[in-house]
Amino acid sequence: MTTDPSCSAQRFAGAVDCDLHPAVPGMDVLMPYLDDYWREMVAVRALDRLNLSLTSYPQNAPLSCRPDWKPAGAGKPGSSLAAMQQHVLDRFQASFGILNCLYGGQAMHSEDMAAALCRATNDWIRDAWLDRDPRLRASIIVPAHNTELAVAEIERVAGDGRFIQVLLLVSGELTLGRRQLWPIYAAAERLGLAIGVHAGSAYRYAPTSVGWPSYFIEDYIAQSGAFENQLQSLISEGVFAKFPRLRVVMIESGLTWLSGFIWRADKTWKGVRAEVPWVTRAPSDILRDHVRFTVQPIDDPDEAEGLLRLVDHLKSDELFLFSTDYPHWQFDGDAALPPGLPEPLLQKILRDNPLAAYPRLAASVRSTEAEVSA
Amino acid sequence: MTRHVVATVDEIPSGARKIVEVQGREIGIFNLEGEFFAIANRCPHEGASLCKGRIVGLVEADEPGAYRYSRRNELVRCPWHGWEFDIRTGKSWCDPRRTKVRSYDLKLEQGSALGEEELRAETFPVSVEKQYVVIEL
Repeated sequence: MTTDPSCSAQRFAGAVDCDLHPAVPGMDVLMPYLDDYWREMVAVRALDRLNLSLTSYPQNAPLSCRPDWKPAGAGKPGSSLAAMQQHVLDRFQASFGILNCLYGGQAMHSEDMAAALCRATNDWIRDAWLDRDPRLRASIIVPAHNTELAVAEIERVAGDGRFIQVLLLVSGELTLGRRQLWPIYAAAERLGLAIGVHAGSAYRYAPTSVGWPSYFIEDYIAQSGAFENQLQSLISEGVFAKFPRLRVVMIESGLTWLSGFIWRADKTWKGVRAEVPWVTRAPSDILRDHVRFTVQPIDDPDEAEGLLRLVDHLKSDELFLFSTDYPHWQFDGDAALPPGLPEPLLQKILRDNPLAAYPRLAASVRSTEAEVSA
Repeated sequence: MTRHVVATVDEIPSGARKIVEVQGREIGIFNLEGEFFAIANRCPHEGASLCKGRIVGLVEADEPGAYRYSRRNELVRCPWHGWEFDIRTGKSWCDPRRTKVRSYDLKLEQGSALGEEELRAETFPVSVEKQYVVIEL
């Protein structure tokens, strides 16, 4: 039993957990939210027999659930709100938790089926999670491969202020800077929603840039490469020039690749910037203003030391957001962040940075404070 | 300060350049539509022969896809890493405050206005009829 306060759960009190994964237990919970056509199709086409977990997180891979967070029965990891409360929300005394539902609906090839499943998932998240714990917020799941349907879903759901982000997979059908996706960014900017880019692939293409891997470990390690590509795409295509108030949160991206990335991106930009003249500042400057990263998994061996070096190199302590990545197995015990982080940096990661990244979250904190003082 | 006659005006047409050597330093002379400018032939980044790079215009954009092209032939791109330098000022586009190539004052002088000593000092024959590029160093 440790008594070192720097290792205890209490040090996370008040945190915003920016990456929680509620699992859709099965198609049956979505049925009430599907229309007659899709309800019949579920039966006729046996859609209820599909698992619809994203292939990027195979259910039995050790990373997909921390051993002591595994449900006792047959349920999927992350399918129980009570367990999520016990394991992270209550244990770390989180002030907010953001639900990023990784459900296969968003990856279906049929655009209409994807849209129907995303609608049902968002509605189920609202009723089964958001309504049952006031600390919870959620990302809107969208069929990103059909911009019109994606925007329609964002606009349908965004009236509920508890939806604070639009979730995209890091490997979908397109590089994320492409102009055909811009209506999604326009809607997000207009509605005060962040764009969350989460690890995972719709498997339209090989998950590595050199072909199909044989093993899970190859796929998993290659994710950070996809994040690099997407970050460069967002910057080069001018998404942040076009949408100056847009915030992008890279979720489960890993962090340490950023060091090499900004070095190469800034250096190369100086030589070829005429190709992308709307990129009027070094990519690292743009990144500091627009892009944030959840901290788990921390891919650094040196604990606090490594994170501090990264903060130093990136010239900002505002880029990292607290996350447990529940129920994925990224840390043991209460070591959601390495011990020994300076208190001001810790507070920024836990709370200030998430509130700055999510305008809707900041707004609800302000209105709660106003109620308290009234 | 010594004046150096480094070129005749007519050997550097508009949009062209000539690299000369003055007191052991290589200097690029550029003609921008009749205005002459001189910058060091040494990129402040890694020391490449900057003045041998491609002469380009200024590309800007207020938003993605809205290309704005101006100042044709007024920048030079380093042949090694492509950094752009303003031929008029020596300032780099990406980091104008800190990354600059040295620029030199020059004058265009009629041969008849050049002193005896200056005329003798140069390695090419100077005649009173022609106009010359003169650098003070």
